[in-house]
This record gives sequence, C-alpha cells and structure tokens, in this order.
Amino acid sequence: MPDAAIEAHDLRKSFKDVHALDGIDLVAPVGTVLSLLGPNGAGKTTAVRILTTLLPPDGGSARVAGLDVVRDAAALRSRIGLAGQYAAVDENLTGRENLEMVGRLYHMGGGPARRRADELLERFSLTDAADRLSKTYSGGMRRRLDLAAALVARPPVIFLDEPTTGLDPRSRLQLWETIEARVAAGTTVLLTTQYLDEADRLADSIAVIDHGRVIAEGTSDQLKDRVGGERLEVTLGEGASTEAAIEALVPLAEDRPKCEAGVLALPLSRGRGGIAEAVRRLDDAGVGIDDIAVHRPTLDDVFITLTGHAAEPEEEEAEVGEAELEERAA
Amino acid sequence: MSALAYAVADTAVIAKRNLLRIPRQPDLWVSFTIQPVMFVLLFVYVFGGAIRTPGYDYVDFLMPGIVIQTMSFGGFVTAIGLSDDLRKGLIDRFRSLPMARSAVLGGRTLADVATNAISIAVMVGVGLIVGFTFSSSPIEVIAGFALCILFGYAFSWIFAFVALSTSSAEGAQALGFMLIFPLTFASSAFVPPESMPSWLEAFAEANPFSTVVDALRALWVDAPHNNDVWAAVAWCIGLIVVFAGLAVYRYRRAVST
Repeated sequence: MPDAAIEAHDLRKSFKDVHALDGIDLVAPVGTVLSLLGPNGAGKTTAVRILTTLLPPDGGSARVAGLDVVRDAAALRSRIGLAGQYAAVDENLTGRENLEMVGRLYHMGGGPARRRADELLERFSLTDAADRLSKTYSGGMRRRLDLAAALVARPPVIFLDEPTTGLDPRSRLQLWETIEARVAAGTTVLLTTQYLDEADRLADSIAVIDHGRVIAEGTSDQLKDRVGGERLEVTLGEGASTEAAIEALVPLAEDRPKCEAGVLALPLSRGRGGIAEAVRRLDDAGVGIDDIAVHRPTLDDVFITLTGHAAEPEEEEAEVGEAELEERAA
Repeated sequence: MSALAYAVADTAVIAKRNLLRIPRQPDLWVSFTIQPVMFVLLFVYVFGGAIRTPGYDYVDFLMPGIVIQTMSFGGFVTAIGLSDDLRKGLIDRFRSLPMARSAVLGGRTLADVATNAISIAVMVGVGLIVGFTFSSSPIEVIAGFALCILFGYAFSWIFAFVALSTSSAEGAQALGFMLIFPLTFASSAFVPPESMPSWLEAFAEANPFSTVVDALRALWVDAPHNNDVWAAVAWCIGLIVVFAGLAVYRYRRAVST
C-alpha cells in the first residue's frame, strides 16, 4: 500500500449549477485521522460519497487504499467501511442480524460472519441487546451498531460522516474512544464533523472546507497559530489604573492592549514571557487585579476567522439543500 | 465464486432480510391482508347485486379480477420498502459494500412474492367463504396461482423503478395510484367490458390488465381461453424484463462502476 491511504486531487462535483466540490485536494497518510471540517452544505458529504464510490466525480481523481475510486470501484468496496450521517442500520433486524447481514454481503461466509458479529457486539457493548430489534435501541446504541457494521470486514480505511451528531456526551466519548482504538490499530479514518472539539481531539490533520473548497489545512495547532497566538485577559481590580496597566504590559504585547469594561486584552508576543511575567509587571506597577488568564485560540476562532461564520449549524435547511441537490441531479 | 454465484448469494441475503421484516411490521399487514378482503366484501355485497355478468355468479366473475388488482397493488409494498431504505441510508450502505449491484432490488422483489402469496391466500380463503368456487381442473387452478404470482412479481419491478425514480414513498404511491386506477377499473376486472361505452370498451379490451384477468378466469372458472393465458404470460415476462432492466439501471446510475 502507498504511504497515503486517501489521496484526492482537484475533485469536482456540481449539482445543476451549484459547485458542491470546486476542486479539493486531500491527503491522509496510513493510520491517521483526517477530519473534514465545515458548515452544513460545504461539500463534506459529497466528498465522502465520492471517496466511497457512491457518486462519480465530475472531474479530478482520487485513490483510496491504493485503488482509484472510479476505475477500481468494485475492488475498493471490499476495502472500505462507511458509517453514515443517519445511522444506517435496519431497524427491523436485531443488532446481530444486522452485523451478520453485512458480513455476508462482504462475502465472508456464514460461520465467519456470525463469529465476527459476536466479536463486534461484545466490543461495542451490545451483547445484551444483540437479539433485540435495533428499532428499540437508543441513539448511542444505534451509532455504535452503525460503526460496528462499518468495521465488519476490518477495512483498512473507514469513512465516518458526522458520526456523533445528535449523541449525548457520554455516548460521544465512547465512540471517540472506539475510533481512537481503531486508529491505534492502524486503520485510516476520514471523519467529517461540524464539531470543533471532535476534530480537535481525533484528527491528525484537519481540512477546513467551505463552498466546496479547502480553505485551510494542517494540524489543529497549525490552524490555531494561523489565527494568532495566545491572548492574555486581565480583569482589573477596583480602582486600578487602566493606563498604568497598559504601560506595564506593552512590552509583552504584539499589539497595543485594548480595554473593554474593565477587562484588558492583549495578544501575547512569543518568547517574551507569559502570564508569570505579566503578573510580576502589574505587581511592580501597583496595579491590582481580580483575575488573569491566558486564552489559546479555539478551533471556533479559527473557523470564524476563516469562513466568516460560526461552525454550529444555523438551520437544518442547509443540509436538506445538499441532499436535495443530489437527489435532483441523480 | 463466480460473479453470478455472488449475485445469487447476495440476492438471497437481501431476500432473507426482507422476509425477516414481514412479521415485524404488523402495520404493513393491513395493506396486503385487510384491505383486499374489504374490497372483496365491498364488491360482492355492495356492488355485486347491481352488476350483470351473464354466465357467471358475480363472485366467480369477481375473484380473478380482484386478485389480479391486489397483485398490482402489491407493488406498493415494494415501493414503500425501497423508499424507506433509501431515506434511512440503508441503500447507501448497500452500495458501499462489495455486493452485486442487482441484489438489493432482486432480493426485495423476491421477498415481496411472499407478501403477495399471503395476500392471495387470504383473499381466496375469504372468497371461498362468500361463495366462490373453482370450476376447472386442479392443474389449471395451480397454474392460475402461478400466474398471479408472476403478475405480482412484474408489478414489484414496476414499482421498484417508480420508487427509485421518485424522492419519497408518498410520491411513489401517488404515481402508482395514477397508473393502476385507470388500468384496473377500465378493464374486465370488475364488470364485463361490453357494459361500457364503446370507446371505453375498446380501451378495456386492449388493456393488458384485461388479458391477464381473462387468463385467470380461464384457469379458475373455466372461461373461454382465447389464447389469453399465453398472452398474459408474455405480458408478465415482458414487463419483468423491461422494468427490472430500468430499475437496476436507475439503481446503478448514481454509482460509478
């Protein structure tokens, strides 16, 4: 297998005259997690659908596990696992029946499919519920079953399209741990998400997508650095002089400190002392403080800076829009 | 294993999955058991007295017609099932698996033969209670059942295509009703075409539905054959070939191969 498990060059896809993908490049080395981060309708799902052979691209090329997504589509399907945005399990089958069915459709044979189902039910803590219809499962259990289905054939590359949307915090954490365990075992994961903490925690590399383009990529830290370094926030004490505080902190700041409602904010320059230095200087200047803290930029800041809007879904409509476009074009 | 052996195995897996679902979806049973029985009772007791069918008791005239109509409505089960799978993302999962491209539809339509068979059994059972009698040889009766199944299978493929071509189960149902209503009622299914205005009679005589209904009458109540049986079988096979082709094409279209 080549070094990159997922490689896309200049992928393009339009639905009518909307450019869902406007030439994106992606690379995920073997055994890493690549996260596609972007608002609803940015093109994340379209990218996943192309990479999993569900949709042919209009232009560009992509290889997954060394196979071309168009020319080698049939062979590729036995080397990937997909867990969708909507937990795609058959709710009129039991958990065990679902996993066995998927195993049979990977052509594993009856015995191995049954054993693999047992193994996965155990690993995903679904053994007790194995023989219940999956329509009786909680949201978290369904997602686990969906993820288990994606892992049935031990594929070297898995695609997770918003795997934790709508999950409670505990189920999210469980799912994250499972994904991390797969990656530790050498699986490559492409994960789409609109949750920044999810990308922050799981991804080795993040591609921020907006309007069908990759507008930034890198590790979480690299992206945060693009937005700026650390920021110091000082809440001044009663009767403290703003002027004196600013004078005391200027040597540490990249820019002139700003003061708003008694809170002084300044971007810290690298290598010129951090919070300890700031406290010492303020003390020397006789400025009383109530609170002082260093803030690192969050991916939220990155997102807003890069795309001009927040990452959280504003309305459900945008998502429907993309799905409908595909529908009409199909 | 060869590609064909895989296709057969995959189809069997999907058929099994759909068969397992039948007893687990009791709400669906209404459409293929209670509803047809209500139709039988409606026509026998409400309309039957006013409809003249020279040479036959109305119930004997009616049963072949209404069973064939029910087989065509059986296609709704196929359409609803497929729309459901599409909406819930199951079709995406199946398409991402290394399974035969024809298996999802092949397994679906095959499993729907079972619901159609249950439908026929319930209807004929009720028919026998309200006075229907077979008046042909056992072989012909069995051939008649086979024709019903074949016709139902053809309509499952028609509706598979309709479901894949519309975005919702509701859309598929609406389109299906528009297709089936004129075809079944403007045929020999419920009344003799001779009783219709001449232009409609001409339509009813040419309607393939009439051909199939007349064939079933020949097989079950010994009506004159007039080559209807072979024509009916030819119609069914023709519909299966055309619509299976269209449906599989439609299924594959969004997929690169």
